[in-house]
Amino acid sequence: MPEITTADLLNRVQSNEDTIYVVNFWATWCHPCIEELPVFSSDRLQQWTKPTKVLLVSLDFKSQKDKQLLPFIRDKKVSHEVMLLDEGNPNEWIDKIDKNWSGAIPATIIYHQDKTVFHEGELDIDGLVEMINRIN
Amino acid sequence: MRKILLVIAIGLLTINAVFAQVKVGDSAPDFKLINTNYTSVALSDYNSEEGVILIFTCNHCPYAKFYEERINKLHQTYAPKAYPVIAINPNDSVQYKTDAFSHMVKKGYGFPYLLDNKGIFKAYGATKTPHVFLLHKADDGFKVAYIGAIDDSPQDENQVKTKYLEDAIAALKQGKEVNPSLTKAIGCSIKPFK
Repeated sequence: MPEITTADLLNRVQSNEDTIYVVNFWATWCHPCIEELPVFSSDRLQQWTKPTKVLLVSLDFKSQKDKQLLPFIRDKKVSHEVMLLDEGNPNEWIDKIDKNWSGAIPATIIYHQDKTVFHEGELDIDGLVEMINRIN
Repeated sequence: MRKILLVIAIGLLTINAVFAQVKVGDSAPDFKLINTNYTSVALSDYNSEEGVILIFTCNHCPYAKFYEERINKLHQTYAPKAYPVIAINPNDSVQYKTDAFSHMVKKGYGFPYLLDNKGIFKAYGATKTPHVFLLHKADDGFKVAYIGAIDDSPQDENQVKTKYLEDAIAALKQGKEVNPSLTKAIGCSIKPFK
């Protein structure tokens, strides 16, 4: 599993291609995150002509990657691309994702070309579709 | 008439949509909540202090656990300096079983650990645990002086470079401006009582 910095992430999603990137910040220790995960596999995310790509950015602790994160992905058959965030001081990187983010997870940000839509807290499928509609 | 109703409806929507958070300089909302020793604790009980370290925290969240010992030490250090800690658990134990009142009692903290069954976290705009609001006593009541993180290294206390909260207290004691007065930290979303 790749370990990425916020710079790596931004590099990946801020492109001029057609893809709509749905980036979810989550962790296996975060109950509402786990409840929310199925939303990102909904068929309703395939309704747009542009491709949508879900990236699950895990805030699990590195020390628990093998014990906690990898088994979770295997057991729950998580099919989306999962990456582990490798960052230091939260006060320095949280604002790079979105100024309105207090740091609570789950949090979801959608990137499409030079536009972003951010949401802090658990999403249902209607909420996620509405976010994508706003950016599309 | 229809127009007036529409304006009111839009007004209500806006209030709902905007997540109100107290800002630095705002008056601190008062509260009166049940403590783990079954007495009530109110912010106004602390009027003779210089300030209060108010921390929304809980039992279940790993980030809250990282800070348990540091919060204990903060109280030991700063209660004698007129900045005691008050901790508030805003989570519903139906959502997080280990956040139940009985589990709060077991913590045995030396500072009040209050159960927020009244949604006080909303009045402050706390979004997560842990979430710190440093309050400073002015002539007309408590004001919010700092919001955010305790320090810059949640996972490893040995790696802490900047102690945001303690720096803020030091600035207040010296009559200086608190800078930064707002910091960000990762935490667990609050799941309140319904």
